[in-house]
Amino acid sequence: MSSNDPVEAFASEALDLLDQIEKALLDLGRDLGDRGAVDEVFRGLHTLKGSGAMFGFDALAGFTHHCETAFDRVRKGLSAATPALVSAVLSARDHMRALIDHRDGPRDERLEAAGNLILAELYAAMPESAGGHEPTGQQTSAATHAPNAPGEGWAIHFKLPPGAMANGTNPAALLQELRNLGECRVRLHLDDLPPFDQFVPTECYLAWDVELHGAATREQIEDVFIFILDDMELTLTPLAPASLPGEARSGTATAIANAARPDAAAGQAEIPAKAVVRPQESVRVQAERLDELMNRVGELVIAQSRLAQLTTRNGQVDPIMLRAVSEDIDRLSSELRDTTMALRMMPVGNLFGRYRRLVYDLAQETGKAITFVTEGEATEVDKTVIERLADPLVHLIRNSCDHGLEPADDRIAAGKSETGQITLSARQAGGEVLISITDDGRGLDRARIRAKAEAQGLIAAGTPLSDAALFQMIFHPGFSTASTITNLSGRGVGMDVVKRSIDSLRGTIEIASTQGKGTTFTLHLPLTLAIIECMLVRVGDGRFAIPLSAVEECLELPQTEIIANGRRNFLNVRGQLIPYLRLRESFAVQRPADLHQKVVVVGLGNSERGSSRVGLVVDQIIGNTQTVIKSLSRFHSGLGVFSGATILGDGTVALILDCGHLIALARESQHALAEQTNGEAA
Amino acid sequence: MSSAQPASDQATSTLPDPASMAFASALTFAMEGEIFAIDAQSVREIVEVPPITAVPGATAALDGLVNVRGRIVPVADLRVAFGMDRAPLDDDCRIIVIETDLDGEATTIGLLAEKVLDVANLEGLPIEPAPALGMRWRSDFVAAIVHRDAQFVILPSLPVILSSFQGGAAAASPNLA
Repeated sequence: MSSNDPVEAFASEALDLLDQIEKALLDLGRDLGDRGAVDEVFRGLHTLKGSGAMFGFDALAGFTHHCETAFDRVRKGLSAATPALVSAVLSARDHMRALIDHRDGPRDERLEAAGNLILAELYAAMPESAGGHEPTGQQTSAATHAPNAPGEGWAIHFKLPPGAMANGTNPAALLQELRNLGECRVRLHLDDLPPFDQFVPTECYLAWDVELHGAATREQIEDVFIFILDDMELTLTPLAPASLPGEARSGTATAIANAARPDAAAGQAEIPAKAVVRPQESVRVQAERLDELMNRVGELVIAQSRLAQLTTRNGQVDPIMLRAVSEDIDRLSSELRDTTMALRMMPVGNLFGRYRRLVYDLAQETGKAITFVTEGEATEVDKTVIERLADPLVHLIRNSCDHGLEPADDRIAAGKSETGQITLSARQAGGEVLISITDDGRGLDRARIRAKAEAQGLIAAGTPLSDAALFQMIFHPGFSTASTITNLSGRGVGMDVVKRSIDSLRGTIEIASTQGKGTTFTLHLPLTLAIIECMLVRVGDGRFAIPLSAVEECLELPQTEIIANGRRNFLNVRGQLIPYLRLRESFAVQRPADLHQKVVVVGLGNSERGSSRVGLVVDQIIGNTQTVIKSLSRFHSGLGVFSGATILGDGTVALILDCGHLIALARESQHALAEQTNGEAA
Repeated sequence: MSSAQPASDQATSTLPDPASMAFASALTFAMEGEIFAIDAQSVREIVEVPPITAVPGATAALDGLVNVRGRIVPVADLRVAFGMDRAPLDDDCRIIVIETDLDGEATTIGLLAEKVLDVANLEGLPIEPAPALGMRWRSDFVAAIVHRDAQFVILPSLPVILSSFQGGAAAASPNLA
């Protein structure tokens, strides 16, 4: 957050402002009479315009001005908020965002043209104000392409009173204020400039003719000159409506108020919003949390000095004192850990807010009426998790809007309300955060998924599968049951990407669906990526950590299995066959095996999916431990079996097993076995 | 293995001027009676050997991890690269933690040493490139050999050795199938 560059700071603030504006616009879109939302949009736009101009974002300020004017009218009751207006200002918001992202780039005509299109849309959306709003001078060249609403404005002639400069009047500032009222064309009169020998440097001999286009009132203009109005020359003449800025004027010796930005690269084609690399990330932290962290560090320093005192007393360490310090440090370090983790936690509300716009756009695109409900916005998740969730959630919400919700006619036929509902909710359960996307649409079509899976050879025809296992099929690459490809989804990409992104966060996806009633996708995500609870096991001399979230149960390896050393490495656990891996063999352990070996059954997701479980045979189960995950060096990251390493309480290093990888291995061997038994049967 | 190609490149590029390889301050250490020297500039610290955690499936020369002040550092056993016996560790053994640039990436790695000797100035001493013949070792593993007090001091070519480990690690994944 400690950005020294004011422009960067503004850009970051502006993005926040834009988010607020978007939120208020969406509120307004839902309830057009919402005065609070109108005010909020207006305030946001006003601040954006003002500070934008201050930091040299002239194009942004100029563009924002139009939207601000529009909302000013709505606010004053001069025109009504309409869905078209909301939609136009939403696109305008996106354009402002692009302007901010493009702040360092050369002038971009495509961007300007896009801006003008949006302005045209904006003016079309508020017909009663068509006469009033001309583009400002901030975007001179854009203005010539701007919607040519019939002009209205003022011809202003002014000359400062004698002594004005001495009183601190700055003509440049006055001109700037005029520009803020509308587009200006300024002509300078040097007629009164005296011969050089009579020239007094502190006097202002200049006079100006300003053609101000726009809806400025006489009072507004007079306000600009309020401090010198009494003594100065000022004449105001309304402009004839036909006097538009543009080609007709270009021949005269007009000094254009605001020089166009250097036209460096007209060939730059892309709308650059995406090309811009975001400057370094920052996290907003509640001050109270930082204070808490500071307190803990302070206490730690005290504890440390107590420890130092104890050790400097030669040989006479009071064991009780030592234990007291040790306990203090123990408590402090775990508090420090929690406080530091909390710094990384962000409410999911910010993320959820983004999808309101998505659903709004999707509703427009599909022509379905959709209400979007969010729950549990205050649930906090690690910042990294939030960032990496953004895209998968877009896919899932799109999927629900497009495939999940039926068209209005079908809904009515099915006796449901015409308006579909998408619910995005978050809640915390134990060490996990559950994020679910629920639609009240048609539900997943089991028969079609099965047919498709069989056609693609993912399952053998007639294989009995639980619903959960069947639904997981939709995460296979290239799997799409949509018969038509729409702009939104149905290309068969997306769901596998979702699955992979969630896997990479060490999360799982659960699907529940009732035909005709709707579908719920639930993402199970770890609270944090940096610290996980692990079960520590021993294999030979080595200790290994297994993420506790993956551990389903622990059992003793039956004696019969220890003897049987065949290829059939399967355990019968309450009637379910579970493949197991002897980690001793996998890790080539020399030391003789312990007499009573244990099996740790790990699985991803719920236990209904028999295929995604594997038993790991270990020598001993040591216990549970909190582990700070450290990634492996480049020399070992290719091994696959280990997802990282951690440092144990005694300072030694333990490797963390990658359960997903082990399960994949087990699945392969299960496949092999299935083929083998098939062969035997034939 | 893909490591052969960059290895030979490295060797040819360093061969022409072995004199430039003699470090003004070199850390010397002994393994199986041979003396090795590395640039003392790259040495971060020398620690007594902490408990080493074996990494199953990793290449033999790099199959351990140690905790050095909260950092998890892979341990390289140069004896494997030079075909020496891996004698059990004794009290003289140390881990030399070095930071070296590997393919443009700063990499921290611990070198196991049977005995750390001294820091010496090798500049100006007779130096010659690794002979192509008559060595038990891969010639590209040796950058140069310095004569000091009637002894040979071997300057190992760490980038070549380490990148050969990297190739080996992927090949020998644990026997899990």
